[in-house]
Amino acid sequence: MTKSSGTILKAAEPRPRRGEAQEGPSNLRSPLATVLGQGSAKEGVHHWWMQRLTSVALVPLAVWFVVSLLSLPSFDHATVSAWVGHLWTAVFLILLVLTGAWHSQLGVRVVMEDYVHGNGAKALALALNTFFHIVVVVAGVLAILKVALGGAA
Amino acid sequence: MTERPLSPHLSVYRMSRYTLLTSILNRATGLVLTVGLILLVYWLVAVASGPAAYGGARTVLSLGMLKAVYVILLATFSYHLFAGIRHLIWDTGRGLERAQAKRSAALVVICAIVLFVGLAWWALHAGARAP
Repeated sequence: MTKSSGTILKAAEPRPRRGEAQEGPSNLRSPLATVLGQGSAKEGVHHWWMQRLTSVALVPLAVWFVVSLLSLPSFDHATVSAWVGHLWTAVFLILLVLTGAWHSQLGVRVVMEDYVHGNGAKALALALNTFFHIVVVVAGVLAILKVALGGAA
Repeated sequence: MTERPLSPHLSVYRMSRYTLLTSILNRATGLVLTVGLILLVYWLVAVASGPAAYGGARTVLSLGMLKAVYVILLATFSYHLFAGIRHLIWDTGRGLERAQAKRSAALVVICAIVLFVGLAWWALHAGARAP
């Protein structure tokens, strides 16, 4: 971005004004849009930022999980529940489920916004996406806590 | 509200373009990893439900069909990890020039293949203790 900004600035000529409603060269909205007052709810940045924060957190969490899973000496119940029951395993597993589900919810949401057409179908799909991921988080975290707190024995 | 144009132009774009291919693969692998998340939570709930319930879940999780899913999950994890890191580097404003993006696309694919082969080899040698 920074490297190409020089050329962008060079190419930018003062635009001709198109109507009275324009307040300055930075106003790209039509006069009607200005009157109606409808525009960005300024919520896009939050989605974008959360997608980035969760992805940064998921790099170590996901790598830790895959390495741990492949390092498990056995997948029988005693071994797995002892592993999940370790304090730090439980902490990282809960973080993984929370962050992973959040990241997944944001990602699936964008795909649905792009590919599900019709306002009704889209609203339904987005609602189901949210509900589904909340169920995933609650079930996952509760399961980890139950094992970690000794309920699975 | 007026109908605004939406983005699924998969049939319009030329798939030979590495930009489109790397981008859509990142989305597709992300969706597959959501399936992995479901499997993870199913497994965790089975562990929490005690040895008897876990035995039943283990039978399901050991199905041959699911073993193919685990291989796909390792591959998608490998790709999504490096493609995601590429996006995070882009977010700092670096690597956005066309030549750099082309190089990083190749690098992502190479790193993903190397990691996947490594993980698959590891999983195979640990195969005696499969789920």
